[in-house]
Formats: sequence, structure tokens, C-alpha cells
Amino acid sequence: MDATRQVGVADKERLDAGREPALRVTGLAAAYRRNRVLEDVTFEILPGTLTAIVGPNGAGKSTLLKTLLDLHPRLSGEVRFFGTTYRNAKRRVGYVPQRGSVDWDFPTDALDVVMMGLYGQIGWLRRPGRRHRELAMAALEKMGMGAYAKRQISELSGGQQQRVFLARALVQDADLYLLDEPLAGVDAATEQAIMELLKTLRSNGKTVMVVHHDLQTVQDCFDHVLLLNRSVIAHGPTAEVFTAEHIGRTYGGLLRGWEKVTG
Amino acid sequence: MTGYDGWILLTASLVGLTCGLVGSLLILRRMAMMADAISHSVLLGIVVAYLVTRELSGVHMLIGAAAAGLLTAVLVQWLHQLGVRQEASIGIVFTTLFAIGVVLIATKVGNAHLDVQHALMGEIAFIPWETVRVPGIGDIPEAVLMLLIVLAVVGGLILALYKEWKITSFDPALAAALGLPVAFMHHLFMAMVSVTAVASFDAVGAILVIAMLITPAAAAYLWTDRLSVMLLLSGLFGVASACAGYAVAWLIDTSISGSMAFATGVLFLVSSLAAPRHGVLARRLRARRAGAAPSRAQRTTGA
Amino acid sequence: MTGLSHNAQWVLVSTLMLGSAAGLVGCIAYWKRQSLMGDALAHAALPGVVGGFALLGFKSLPVMLAGAAASALLGALAVAAIRSHTRIKEDTAMGIILSVFFGLGIMLLTIVNRMPGGGQSGLDKFIFGQAAAMVRQDMLVMTAAAVVVLLVVLISFKEWKLYLFDPAFARGLGLSGRLMDAIWMTLLVAVIVIGIQAVGVILMAALLIIPAVSARYWTHAFSRMLALSALFGGGAGAAGTWISTLGDGWPTGPFIVIAAAGMFLVSLLFGLRKGLLVTAMLRRRQVRRLRAETVRSETLAEGEALP
Repeated sequence: MDATRQVGVADKERLDAGREPALRVTGLAAAYRRNRVLEDVTFEILPGTLTAIVGPNGAGKSTLLKTLLDLHPRLSGEVRFFGTTYRNAKRRVGYVPQRGSVDWDFPTDALDVVMMGLYGQIGWLRRPGRRHRELAMAALEKMGMGAYAKRQISELSGGQQQRVFLARALVQDADLYLLDEPLAGVDAATEQAIMELLKTLRSNGKTVMVVHHDLQTVQDCFDHVLLLNRSVIAHGPTAEVFTAEHIGRTYGGLLRGWEKVTG
Repeated sequence: MTGYDGWILLTASLVGLTCGLVGSLLILRRMAMMADAISHSVLLGIVVAYLVTRELSGVHMLIGAAAAGLLTAVLVQWLHQLGVRQEASIGIVFTTLFAIGVVLIATKVGNAHLDVQHALMGEIAFIPWETVRVPGIGDIPEAVLMLLIVLAVVGGLILALYKEWKITSFDPALAAALGLPVAFMHHLFMAMVSVTAVASFDAVGAILVIAMLITPAAAAYLWTDRLSVMLLLSGLFGVASACAGYAVAWLIDTSISGSMAFATGVLFLVSSLAAPRHGVLARRLRARRAGAAPSRAQRTTGA
Repeated sequence: MTGLSHNAQWVLVSTLMLGSAAGLVGCIAYWKRQSLMGDALAHAALPGVVGGFALLGFKSLPVMLAGAAASALLGALAVAAIRSHTRIKEDTAMGIILSVFFGLGIMLLTIVNRMPGGGQSGLDKFIFGQAAAMVRQDMLVMTAAAVVVLLVVLISFKEWKLYLFDPAFARGLGLSGRLMDAIWMTLLVAVIVIGIQAVGVILMAALLIIPAVSARYWTHAFSRMLALSALFGGGAGAAGTWISTLGDGWPTGPFIVIAAAGMFLVSLLFGLRKGLLVTAMLRRRQVRRLRAETVRSETLAEGEALP
């Protein structure tokens, strides 16, 4: 009855083939002041998967991402990216924070924002060159935002801003992407574009984890799902794990009638 | 124009330029009130430096004031980490440090040596008299030398770490995830603000440093959407208001530093009205043009 | 208190009332997240004080205080205008108003000090406050105004609670946001105006910020926080004034601030709700529990491994 250890048949094969997980988290705990938000979080993310992190408000989804990236202190536990610490694997990990976290009146344009994704690689005291500009431009175009490169960022719509943020993650050319609610408050066209992008990333062998709030779309879009409420309720291939029972346990019986959606 | 006026104008322009550069980053990092705090606490640093050395020389003041500035930044950060809101921690720290400074002056120093009024308002009129000899150049005012050094250091740091300043100001979370030392950059920046405040202190005084740090940068922010242009404009506006302020003070015979602060305000007012994209007039014009076709928005706002 | 002169006792009472009023208004400021607004407006009052003097040519407290109120209100309106009509954020707007108005005040002060009779205007006292320089009538005005502020906050207590916690909901219940904001600005300006004579424009902010933050460490209830904040403010006002009478020509404002800071330090360390001591104890308990749990789960895991 240990739901956290559920592993699908395909996953077993992959593990048996000796592939090292993109991310392995063991016994992770984190707190905000007095409140423990994460407790004994343990899971493994396999390379080439597209995982939705699902859970109610306050379940610790954003905190989980921040704690993984050392942006929030962890009380205990171990986090390994590609078999090593985040510090060492930094280059291989791309992070897209929630859109509300920046000041959109900042004097900068879309292309400039995308180029910021490259600052880690450019290094200290050096300026971004033509090559970096071209990379950033290519990423913008991939997100269908090429025409907006020189726009001041506050003049973009919410969906367009989100695409710029994704382009910025894309330009990092990471192997594992962590996205915090990329679909919150975006229009249908952007949602479509973002989902296409995520699938393209996966087919290029990248690994993607997305904090996701829309239970309806989980089955169509994600091959894996991680149900989180303070600790991992269930984790594994969507077909096996995304069941009414697990969802009920995750949301503490708040959502009745999910049998219809998932059944 | 005599050499005396020339030195004063040069001093004021250096203050305007340095403050303008630092100020741009300051307001983008949402730390305008931090400048308020630091420039107040600088008083304590100067008083302590005087009590320790019994001397009122530039170097001692600079060290004492820079330490006080950093202490402010560290204390504010500490309180904030303990759960006190940012603005409240700023308010607690600087008023307390400033009060200690004033009490020390009142009880230990006496008004003879160290004048609170001077510390608050500066004495730019005395600056040309206090000179130092620089090999190869000759006698130049101590304040000018100090300002030149600070401008070189601060300007150099802003140029060299331009893209790091940009990303840590715009999106600290991403900067941290990319492995940039966000906390270190924060403290480095606080040190830059302190040093700028101290170097400008002699000329314009504690409180009017705030005007020089914030107002030209805010005005520049309305004229452009590019950070590099904003930095340039802000420095330019700083120099312009310093010169204009001096002219006004000379014309109606009043406080030089007060007039300079007032001049930054006038410049800001003009900018907020006339700036091409973000000014009030441009916004009105755009709204009217957009509302040329009758719309609900026009009916509700047009009255 | 028998050692104090009659005048000093009056000063004590008026700064006590002032401190209480500032504590209450500061509490509202804290929850409105506008703690530093008081700082900006106190600085912005300076040109009004000086202008009031220059207008008459002699010292008249009511006129100077009216000038202070007018210029502080003008500053408040300017901050609001900058915030709503440009893309400048509120903290920057406050910095601009604070420094530019203060600069104007210094300009005027320099001119007035040159005027005949300007030298004895005592205007400099408004920068750091000098309670000892107040006369009986000043204190009466101050005390009466402080009592009015206290009463206004007490009468509208539940409206404030609702409005500060959930402004949108409050508006839904028919509470006018504009009216509440107008009352808030009036209260803030009133406290500043009656406070600057005793505490000074530069340090007035402390009396609006420190008591409220200190009170936060002792309680979670808004009503108790208001009461404590008033108590701390009043205590700091009286204590600071008393200390300043011990020396000759000591300014009142800085001592009041230091007294308030002392109270804050005590609250920070020993406060029952969020104090450092309590927090440390809770954290230790949490870590101990975590450790116990880990040990338990490890023994369980080992137990499973055994045949």
C-alpha cells in the first residue's frame, strides 16, 4: 500500500537499463517559519519524462521547486540532479518561476529578457555577444514571439510574457526543466503553444516537471504525475497513478465527483 | 566665473553624476527608502568616528559613515529575516541609529565641533577651502578628490557587472538559480550606496543626498525603456539639477543643497508631464486618440 | 515625579498622549503597509511650518501647524498622483516627495533665518523636536488633538479592522474605500503635525513605526495590538521626555526614539507570539520531533528487512 513506491512497467525497464534518474529526492523536508510545508518527500524523475506536479493550494508545490534549487532552505533530505548536487548540475537545469515574481515595468525588452537565461554561461565581466543574441532570437522565434523581440515587456500580454519566460528557459538548453505554473492566467493560444513546446522538449530527450493546477488536462498532456500534499501521495505513470482514489487522498476529499473526469 | 564657483559646480556635478548612476539601480531594485535609511544613519558613523579619533577629517568620516551604512543594511536585512516587514525594519533601524547619533552629539560632542545642521544640509560653500595636494595636479578640494575616487569605483563596478546588476535587479530568483551570488550583490550594492552617500554628504548633506539619489533616476525612468539609456540620462539629470540648483541659490541667496534638491523635483515634474511615452501628457494624448471612436472607456474617463 | 517642575509634568502628559495617538495610527499604517508614509509626510511638513512663519512674520503655533498640515497633505496628494499617473512605484514616489519637500523647507528656512526676527523663530527646533521649548498653550493644543485622534480610531475600530483585513470585502459591505483613505490620511497628518514640535520632522516616523511593530510580537488580535501599540507609544513618549529633562538642552525626539527602540528590542527577544526566544524553542521542538520520526522510520525499515 505504499503509493510512493509505485513504478510502472516501462519505468522499471528504464531503471533496469541502468539509466540514472534526472532527479532523485530522498526524505526532503522544508518549513516556512513554524509550518512544515514539506515532509519526507521522496521520488525519482526518469529522463525523458513529462511530469505534472499536482496538489491543492498550500500543498507545497512551489516550495518543492524552490527547495530543490536551493532557493529555499531545506530542513533535511537529499536532492541529486543527474547523480550530483544542484550546484554541480546547475547548467543542466532550467527554471521558470511564476510570472508574478518580477517587475514588468523594468526597462528592458523581450529579447533582453531571453538573453538573461544565458548570463550563467557567459560568465562574469563579459558582455553578451552576437552569438548569444542569435540564440535568444531563435528561442523567441520558437515560441512564436520573434516579432515582439524589441517590445518593452510591460507592453506584452500575460500569455506573451509567459512565452518570453519559456523562451528564456529554452535558451539555457538544459536537460531538466522545472516550470512553476506556466499555464496560470494565459490565453488558450499560449496554452496550446506551451503544451506543444513541452512535448517537443520531451521528444528531444529532455525531462520536464511542471507545477500544474488544471486536473482536467493532466491525462492528455503529461505521461507522469506526482500528487503532492506535504508529502508525495502518489507518483508514477499517469495511467496508473492518476486515479480517483489518489486524487481524493491528495485533495483530502475536497473534490468529489472526480471519478467522472478520471473514469 | 571664478575658480571658487568652478570648484563648487564641479563638486555638485560629481555628486549629481555619481548619485544618478547609483540611483537608477536603486529605484529599479525597489530600494529607494533604503537610501533614505542609509543617508540618515551615516550621521551616527560620522559622530562615532569623531568621538574615536577626535578629528573631523575626510578619511575618518568616510570609514565611519561607510560602516554605519553597511550596519544599516545588515540590520534591516536581519530584522526582515526575523519576519519584520521590509519598510517597517527600515523605519526602525534608521530612526534608532539617527537618534543615537543626535544624542551623542547633544551629550558628548557639544555643538562646537560637529554641527547637526551641517550634517543634514551640507556645507558646499566651504568645500573649495579644504584642499589637498595631489602630485602632478596641484591643490584640489578634498571633497572633489573623494568624489572622483568614488565615481571611478562605483561607475567601474556598474559597468563591469552591468549584466549581473540587470538580472539580479529584474529577476533575483532566476539569478540565484543561475548561480549568481544574489546576496553578495545586494551587500555590494548597499556598500556602493553608502560610499556614494558619504562622499556626497559633505557637499549636500544627509537628507538631500536622498533627493540626488532618487529623483533624477525616477525622472530618467520615465524617458526610456532601456537600462543603459536610463543610467546615462539619470547621471545627466543629476548634473543638470546640481547646476540649476546652484544658480537658483545664488540668485535668491539661499541654501545651495536645498535648492539642488528642489531643482531635482522640478526636473521630475517636467519629466512626469512631458516624457514621450510614460509622461502624463503622452498618456492623455494616446488615450484621446484611442478614444476617437466613441467607446465606453471614453465615456467613463472623458469627463 | 515630584522632582519635575510643573511645566515638565505637562510636557510629560502631552508626549504621553502624543505617543498613544501615534501608536494607534502607526498600527493602521502597519497593516496598510505604509509604515514609511509617515516618514515622507513628516519631512514634507517642513516647508509648511516655515511658510506659516514667513507668512505672518512672527511665531504663531496654530498658523505654523496649519501650514505643516497643508504641506504634508500636499505631499500625500503628490505621492498618490505620482503613483497613479506614472509608472513610478510608491516607495520611490515617497523618496522623491520626502527629499524635494525637505529641500524646499531648507531653502525657505535659510531665507527666513535671514529675515529680521527670523533668528529667534525657533524653527530649527522643528527638525529634532524640543518639548522643553513648548509653552502651556502648545501642550493643550497637542493634548486635545491627540485625544481627538484616539477617539476617532476607537470609534471606527471595527471598520478599520474590516477595511485593513479585506478592503474589497469591506467595499462590498458598503464601506467607502475613499472615505476610509481620507480618514486615514487626516489621522496620519494630524499625528505628524502635533508630533513634530516634540519629536521633530526627521524622527517622527519612529513613533509611528516602532510601537506598532513591537506590539506585533505580543499578540495576534488586532484590538490588543492597537492597545499595546498605544501603550508602547505613550510609554516611549513619556520615558523619552523624562530622560531629556535630565540634561541641559537635550533634544526630546531622539530620546523618545531610543526609548521606543528599547521596547522593540525587549519585544523582539521576549515577545510571546513571535519573539526570538519563543521561536527558538518551537524550532528546537520541531527538530527534535523530526529526529524522533526519522529514527522511528529507520527502525521500521530495518525491521522489514529482517526475515
